[in-house]
Formats: sequence, C-alpha cells, structure tokens
Amino acid sequence: MNEAFVLSILVITIRAGTSLLYATFGAILTERSGIQNLGVEGIMMVGAAASFAAAYHSNSAWLGLLTAVLVGVILGCIHAFLTITLRAEQVVCGLAMTIFGTGLASFMGQRLGPGNSTMVGLQGPAFERIGIPFLRDIPYVGEALFNQDILVYLLYLLIPVIWIFIYKTRQGLELRAVGENPQAIDALGMNVTKTRFTYTVLGAIFMAVAGAHLSLGYLQGWADNITGGRGWIAIALVIFSTWNPLRAVLGALLFGGINALQFRLQAAGTTLPSSFLNMLPYIVTILVLVLITWAERRARRLGTPTALGIPFVREEKK
Amino acid sequence: MRIQFEKRIDQSKISGFLIPAASFLLALLFSALILILFGIDPLQAYSVMVKGSLGSTYALTETLVKSIPLMLTGLGVSIAFQMHFWNIGAEGQLAMGGIAAAYVALFLNNMIPPALLLPAMFLAGGLAGAIWALIPAGLKATIGVNEILTTLMMNYIAILLVEYLYLGPWRDPKGFGFPGTAQFVAAAWLPRLTGRVHYGIIFAIGGAILLWFLLKHTKFGYEIRLIGENPKAARYSGINIAKNIILVMLISGGLSGIAGMAEVSGISHRLYTGLTVGYGYTAIIVAWLANLNPLGILVVAFSMGALLVGGDQLQIAMQTPAAVADILQGAILFFMLGGSIFNTYKIKITHKKSIQHGEKTHE
Amino acid sequence: MNKSKTLAVQMRGITKHFPGILANDNIDLDVYSHEILALLGENGAGKTTLMNILAGLYKPDAGQIFLKGQEVEFHSPKDAITHGIGMVHQHFMLVESLSVTDNIILSLQSSGLNMHTSQVKKRIQELSKQYHLLVDPDAAIWQLSVGEQQRVEIMRLLYRGADILILDEPTAVLTPDEATDLSKILRKMTEEGKAVILITHKLNEVTAFSDRVTVLRAGHVVSNVLTKETTKKELARLMVGRDILFRLEKKKCKAGKAILEVEHIHAINDKGLPALVDVSLQICAGEILGVAGVAGNGQRELAEVITGLRSLTKGKVLVNGQNITNSTPFKVINAGISHVPGDRIGVGLASNLTVSDNLVMKAYRKPPIVQGQLIKKRSILQFVDNLIKVFQIKTPSSETPTRLLSGGNQQRLILAREITASQGMLIAVYPSRGLDVGATESVRSILLEQREHGAAILLISEDLEEITQLSDRIIVMYEGKIMGIVDPDTTNLETISLMMAGQALSTIEKHGEEKTIA
Repeated sequence: MNEAFVLSILVITIRAGTSLLYATFGAILTERSGIQNLGVEGIMMVGAAASFAAAYHSNSAWLGLLTAVLVGVILGCIHAFLTITLRAEQVVCGLAMTIFGTGLASFMGQRLGPGNSTMVGLQGPAFERIGIPFLRDIPYVGEALFNQDILVYLLYLLIPVIWIFIYKTRQGLELRAVGENPQAIDALGMNVTKTRFTYTVLGAIFMAVAGAHLSLGYLQGWADNITGGRGWIAIALVIFSTWNPLRAVLGALLFGGINALQFRLQAAGTTLPSSFLNMLPYIVTILVLVLITWAERRARRLGTPTALGIPFVREEKK
Repeated sequence: MRIQFEKRIDQSKISGFLIPAASFLLALLFSALILILFGIDPLQAYSVMVKGSLGSTYALTETLVKSIPLMLTGLGVSIAFQMHFWNIGAEGQLAMGGIAAAYVALFLNNMIPPALLLPAMFLAGGLAGAIWALIPAGLKATIGVNEILTTLMMNYIAILLVEYLYLGPWRDPKGFGFPGTAQFVAAAWLPRLTGRVHYGIIFAIGGAILLWFLLKHTKFGYEIRLIGENPKAARYSGINIAKNIILVMLISGGLSGIAGMAEVSGISHRLYTGLTVGYGYTAIIVAWLANLNPLGILVVAFSMGALLVGGDQLQIAMQTPAAVADILQGAILFFMLGGSIFNTYKIKITHKKSIQHGEKTHE
Repeated sequence: MNKSKTLAVQMRGITKHFPGILANDNIDLDVYSHEILALLGENGAGKTTLMNILAGLYKPDAGQIFLKGQEVEFHSPKDAITHGIGMVHQHFMLVESLSVTDNIILSLQSSGLNMHTSQVKKRIQELSKQYHLLVDPDAAIWQLSVGEQQRVEIMRLLYRGADILILDEPTAVLTPDEATDLSKILRKMTEEGKAVILITHKLNEVTAFSDRVTVLRAGHVVSNVLTKETTKKELARLMVGRDILFRLEKKKCKAGKAILEVEHIHAINDKGLPALVDVSLQICAGEILGVAGVAGNGQRELAEVITGLRSLTKGKVLVNGQNITNSTPFKVINAGISHVPGDRIGVGLASNLTVSDNLVMKAYRKPPIVQGQLIKKRSILQFVDNLIKVFQIKTPSSETPTRLLSGGNQQRLILAREITASQGMLIAVYPSRGLDVGATESVRSILLEQREHGAAILLISEDLEEITQLSDRIIVMYEGKIMGIVDPDTTNLETISLMMAGQALSTIEKHGEEKTIA
C-alpha cells in the first residue's frame, strides 16, 4: 500500500465521518433530554435535498446550509409537538418522520431541478476544501485533517464545545437530568417541556445539517436515497457512544473509515462485487451493536438515559 | 387561556373511527399545502390519484395488486408490534422470500414436479423470510440487541443481496443486459384471478383470518398481548419472553417472506430491482393505522395500495413525482399519531379569568 | 432566640378536582413559623394534593394562598421556591446518576453556564455542620442509603433558604434511629424560625414530631388541635371517621410441615452489589413468616429469588422438598408458589388490559380455561365472575381496563388471582401499601384466612404494625442479612427496631444481659 492510498483513505474517512458525526450529535442531544427521534434518516434526507436545491438556485452554499437549519427547525418542531405536546408513541413517530422525509426529499429531488425537472446529476455550488496553511503540511494527517471544507472545521470546534456543554455547564447538567428524571426537574421548578422541545429541535438541526454536508460537502450533488442508511447508523452510534460525544467521534471515524475503504477498493478495481462492499457498513453496525450490548450487559453499566422514550406527564393522578 | 389534558376515565367509543378519518382529511389538507408550495394544483392532483386508483376496473385491480404485499407485510409487522417488538425489517424479509422463491423456480424446477413447484416456492419464501427475521430476534432474545436497528440493517443487506444476485450470478445470460434473472418456467407462476390480481390475495386474506384467530383465541395470542402491554408482568406470570420473541418473529418474517414469493411468482415472474420498492416500510403505516387489527389491515392495505397506484398515475398524467404518495402516507401517520392522544386524554381548555371568578364566589 | 410564632402560610378555600375525584374541597389551612404542623389523614384524604398545591406543582381549581399576609399565585414549583416553600416528596426527586453536589446545583435558581461547583460544595459542608446533616457532596445519589438521600433533599431546601418545609411521609423509609435524627434536625430548623409541615398517616409520627395537627378526611379539614391536647385514639377517630379497633382475630398457629426451605442463599442486586448474604429461612404450612426491615435491605430481592425472577449466586431453595433453585418463574409457579408483588402496577398487573385478562394471568394455561392451545371464552367468564364475587372486587365489568380500578380493588384482584393459583405457598410483598384503612383490613384478613386454610405465607412489609399483627415469627433483614428471628408475642418493638438498624439479635440479647448484671 502506498502513501497516497493511505492518505486518500484518511481524507475520505474524515469527510464521510463528518456527516455521521453531525447526525450522531443531533441524536445524542435529543436522546439526552429523554426524547427518541428515529427520524434521523428522514430529516437528513430532507436536509440534503432542500439545501442542495437552495444552493443550486441561489448559487450559494451558505444559503443551502441556512435552508438545512430551517428544515431542522420545522421537522424538529413536528417531532417535538407530536411526541412532547401530544405524547405520541415516539418510536412510530420517528418512523413516520423517516417515511415522510424520504418521500418529501425524493419529491424535491424530482421536482426542484431547472424547470421542474430532476436534480439528479446537477452540479451546484459546494463547500470546497480549504487548506489551512502550515497545519496542512503536517506529514500524513495534515492533508486529511486540515484540507477540508468549512463544515468539517466547524465540527472540530463543536466536538469540545458539546462535550464541555454536556458535562461542565449548568445547562448541560439540566439536559442530563431531564433525560434521567423529568419529575425531579419539574419539582425543582424547571420547565421539562421547554427543555425537551429545545433539544429535540436543536438535535433535528444537527441532523439536517448532516444531510447538507452530504449534498454540499462530501458527495456534492443530489441522488435518490443519498443518505443510504447513515441516519440509522448514527442512531447505532449513539448506543455505541453511550451518549458521550467523545466516544461518538471514535464511532464516526470507524464508519467513515469503512466508507473510505469501500470507496478506495472500488476505485482500485477489486474483484469483490460492489454489492458486498456496500453491505460492509450495515454488517459492521450489527456487529458493533452486538458487541456493545453484550459488553454493557456484563458491566451492568447502562448509559441509556433512564427516561428515554417515556412521555412526561405531571398531573397523573387517579 | 390554557390547554390542558385530562385523563379519561371512560373508554372513548367514537374515537376508533373518528381519529383515522380526521387524520386522513387533515393529511390531505397538509399535503395540499406542500403541493401548492411546489406549484401543483392539489385538487387536480387528488382527482387524478382517485381516478387512477379507483376509477375503473383496471385501476381497481392494480390497486389490489399493490395491496397484496402491503397486506402480507402489514400482517407480519403487526404481530411483532403487538408485543412491542419493533420489526422494521419487513422489506428485507420480503426480499429474502423473493430470493428463495426465485431460487426454487430457477434452479430446482427440473427436480420438483410442476404441481409441487408453487408449494415449494411458497415454503421456501416463507422459510427464508422467517430465518432472516430470526437473526434480530435471536440477538434481542439472548443479549437484548436493539431490534429496530438490527432489522433495519438487515433490510439494506437483503436488498444488496438481491441486487448482487440479479446483476451477478443469476443474471439472465440471454437478457441483453437487462438487470434481472431469466423468466421463471410457467409452472412457477402464481395463477391470476382477474387482471394482474394473483392468488397472493388468498394468502393475505387467509393470513389475516389465521392471525386474528391466533391472537383472539389461543394461549399464544394472550401471551403476546401480555408481553406487549407489560413485559415485567408477563415474566412474573411465568411467560418465556425469549421463546415468544422467536416465535413471533418467525411468523412475522414468514408472512413477509410469503409476500416476496407472491411478488416474484405472481407479478414479475423473475427476480429484479422492482422487488424492493418500500412495501415493507409502508407496512408499518398499514399496521399502525389499522390499530394492529388483522382484519383492519386488509382494509387499510387496500387504501394504501390505492395511494401508491394514484401516485404512479400522477407521475404519468401530470409528470408530478410519485413520491407524493409517500408524503401523504407519512402525513396520515403523523396526524393519526397526534390524534391518538384523544384515546387517553380529554382536552380541557381553561380560561384563567374564569378561575379567578370562581375564587371570588367562594368568599 | 425569638420564639414568637407568626402566621407563615394561610390557605383559603382550596378546591381541587381530579377526574372522578374531589381531592380537596374548600380547605383552609394555617401554618406558623417556629412550628411543626402534622397534616394527618388516610391515604386519599387529600393531604399530598393540598401540599402539591402549596408547592406549586398543581394549580388549585379555586382558592387563595397567602404568605405572611400577602396573596400569592403559583404557576409552577419555581414560584413556590422563590417564595421560600420547599417540599420533600415521598419519592425523592433526585437524579440517581448525578452526584449530591450536582443535584443541589440543579435546584439553584441560576442561569448562565457556570456551575460554581466548588462554591456549592463549600456551602454544603457549612450547612452539614450547622444542621448535623451528614452527606458526602461527591457521592452519586444511587450509592446513598435512603436516609442519606432524604438528607440531601432537606439540604437542598435549606441551601435555597426555604422557610417553609413540607415533608411527605418522611419516616416511612427510615430506621427508628434515623427517624430520631430527623426529628432533631427538624427541631433545629424550627428553632431558627422555619415552619415545617409533615404529611403523615401514622399517629406515632404525629405525637413524636409535631406541635399541632390538622386532620383531613375525604378532602375536608375535620379538626385543628394542639398535639399535647389530644390523644392518639381521638386522632384515629377523627382520621377515619369512626372508632376503629385495629385488632384482627388471629387463631393460634398450628404450623404443619415445612413448605418452603431457603438455605444459605446469596444474590446481587441490579447494580451488581450484594443484595442477599447467606439468608436461610423456613416456612411451615399454616404459618405466616414476617420479614421486617427498612425498604431496600434485600426484601424485594428475597421475594424475586424465590419466585425465579432473579438468579441467586449461591445456596438452595426448596418447596415441598422439590429443588427450585434458579428455576424459571414458570417452574416456580408450577411448584405451587404464588406471589403478590410489591410493585402492583409495574409487575403485578397489565393495567391497560381488562380485569378479566389480569385475573387469568396464571390460570390461562390450565384447563378448563385452555383446551389444547385454545382459550375457552366461556370458561374464562365463569372463572372471572366467580373471583370477582368471592373476593368482592368492585369493577363496572370484567371487561373494564384494570387501570380504572382503585388501588384496593387492584390489590384484591391480584390476591384473588394468586390465591386461586397457589398450592400452599404465598409470598406477599407490601400487600397493603398505599391502601386505605378498609382495604388494608380486608387484605390482612384474606391473608389470615389463607393461613388458617394451611397456607405457608411469607409476608414482606415495611409496616411494623402489620408484621407484628399478622406474623407467627418475624425475621429482620438489614443489608441483605438476617439479623435474627423473633416471636412477635414475646419481643418488644424496641428489639425489632434495633435489629432493623443493623444490630444482630445475639448482640442485643448479650447487651441486655450485661445491663441486668450491672
């Protein structure tokens, strides 16, 4: 294996891992507050389609990103309203979001090209890679870490920020507590509904931005089923991470690496059929889930927020 | 003014019909807004969809054709949902059923007497779906691996396996590059009743009746209901939860596998890309809208089938993306979910001022 | 020190409805500083509802609250807290996975990102000293004993400078020693001018702790008296509304052969810590063996190990001579053991299913209800109607969802099911917890009746009165170990209390001897 090969794998690992990590962060924030959002895949999909369409027509990747944020707010509000205000079954609600989102994104994909045509195959503005002087010259990792698009750099900032936020700030403490024991938080005079609403919407913004990074950063374009199950893998990564954003980074790198390997092997003309290569991330997801569940069970240490998936009801009295 | 939810102490009677009907109407309105946003006339679109799916004998039979796999997969996921086992893997189980049936039809047709070919395909399809479902079921029952994710990942794997087979080793050598296997021998074709409506509809109706009987009148049905309502109580009353997860998933996967068999044997007569078009996901909506009632699933599957056919017609007649059907499906489920709060709660609207009046009268 | 009492809280005309219930009906209540007020009433009398209104958790349908003469309106617990009102709930409102300090930080009204951890810790230590509230600020809540957790709750209120403290059934979870400590802490607080409201249904608690009593019955105030001017008997009559002779007719025990034998069992709890350490016991036919102890000392795990819901790591369990060590619940049920679980809603019932579904939870796999694999609807109907009649379960119909039944009727449903399924051995965990006086009486007499029919009964309860009334022998558990076995007729409550606090019977007896010698 030559140097260029390794390098290109590293570069793709980071790029592919970025969108996964945005989605995983979104899911961590949502689930920490006690709300399960299985709609990651759908939200990512709409985020990818809407941001690409907006960027294409306005010729600005930044406007595309802004559109993704808007998508996150709207879809996040829908999920929050249904699950928090109306206390709907969270699992099914997430599935509905995925079905709805996939449909809406596919609809946009077929409709929002020039003259109501398809967006497939269009070239639009994108977040181009920007090399950071000096840092990019570090041997091996420099090119991979410091010649990336702006959303990757933003993520580098977000990793420590989110970790510190969750574990070292008052708001983070509240977030952790509300997913563990909302009744206690309520009795202390804090607003459980508001907190959960906030993080569900914030989480959905992260998920939509994850989609935007696919269509504007990593893959640069729109294709049907562009997310290819990344939303679901992100949900698996949340379990893998035990709701800890630093461990999520590890997981995202692992799956980014698998993506890169697939890509490279295909480009290198391997004899393995591409269908099997494409199965790799899904098989690894199952294996990782099995291992982590088994390990957690043995250690009797469960990171799952205690109140995850349980609607909060105050005046429950008979 | 404040909106409050108050727990019902009586069972609401009308909501069983009212909520689905209202959700359907609201979903139509909501989707109309989306259509308007994209510059499409919703009234015209809806009328094309209705005409295209229900307006003629041909349309009706096509709707039935689409509703057959929805019925079978819907029944499959419903029994798993019944015990709160979230089997999202109907799509993959359907795909495996299709693969197994195709294998029998393509490679065993000269070893099996023609009269037994269809039963063999039926068995193979059901078995393959069941085995595919057994993997997540076993992982859940033994170490508690999240079944939502495993069943879902198994979908992607199965779909890629189908793709590998019809593009690779099973590809029709005389197909001029057509992505698919060779056509099955005629003995492997599921007979048709009218139009393209095949015997799969009998499987579906039979499956629904069987499932209804199983749930209502057997020990097994009672056990799954109890597990679904309160797994701790089920364990306490001596029920072996792991065993039931396995059994339920064998049935669930088996039904979806049969759906796959019926598709390849009744419609396409070969294995090709059109096998996995999302029936397994729509099945979730079907099951939920029917409130997991097996007989209700037949009805809801028919209306979802109409939606799919209508979507296709929309594409043909108005060059409007067929995905409108998916948007509608998702929206119906959203409103249905939102409306389900009325089953357990009453809405009470209080005016702050009126409370204060109340206080004063007390003095 | 200024000990003049001033009016701290006035509640006027408080009314609160819940679906189907009028929990508080036009209630007036006065609370003074420098005073411990006991709010006495049966379960369901409306005490907790009234205090939840004062703590801002519920909004009253009508009525006013005045603090030091000023009318206030609480929209949330936050409003109450800013006015100096704090409540320690019966179920502690602590986040188990977080540390003591984190839990206290959560309760502080501050915005901004900074947690001020070191400052908070310092203040905790100061308060610890001032009120003799010993807590380790760095410990995670789940590592603390229930008594320590209660101290965290009180600490939290003091930290925020609460002037009016509400405690809901504070001694239910404490050992007698811990209860004495608590009473000292509360005294210390009233000396400093705070007002304390104690929600309770225990007469002993009222006389030991309070200065004044307000008695509630069925949502009304029935009496306001000074503690020293009343008697337990009078309070009991006020609380229940009739004279109660809380004495059940108990015939002499005629214990038969050993039904259940538990030999040197060990088990671990959900957190992986030892829950049972070398526990042995034996129960004979026609005998009630009571297990006393403060909740959380291995009683629940004992019941779970015997019924196959939890595996044991060492030891043996025999029923009628048959080894059922680490059997599945199914085998244990077949061996004839019935179980009235402590967690009625969580384990004992599927509350969305119908009364009939819940009644057949054990019988559904036996004829005549099942034939082959088929369930016979008609047999169920007969079976269920009969049980509803015999056990006097009040329900609109057998097809009513169980969650709509009252607690007492839910418990009668469980008892009906378990007694029918039982073949000589019954395990009852907290059988009368949360039930009103009438329901408690009926549950207890059902148990005694079973004993007379020759059943062996393991009774686990945190209510000493219940244990001593019903049991033929009592074992006391502490931290998973058996502190000793005593006869309720010849042992005084003090000895049992000492054992509940962790003293082995043998050391207590020795101590006693030394005393008499001295």
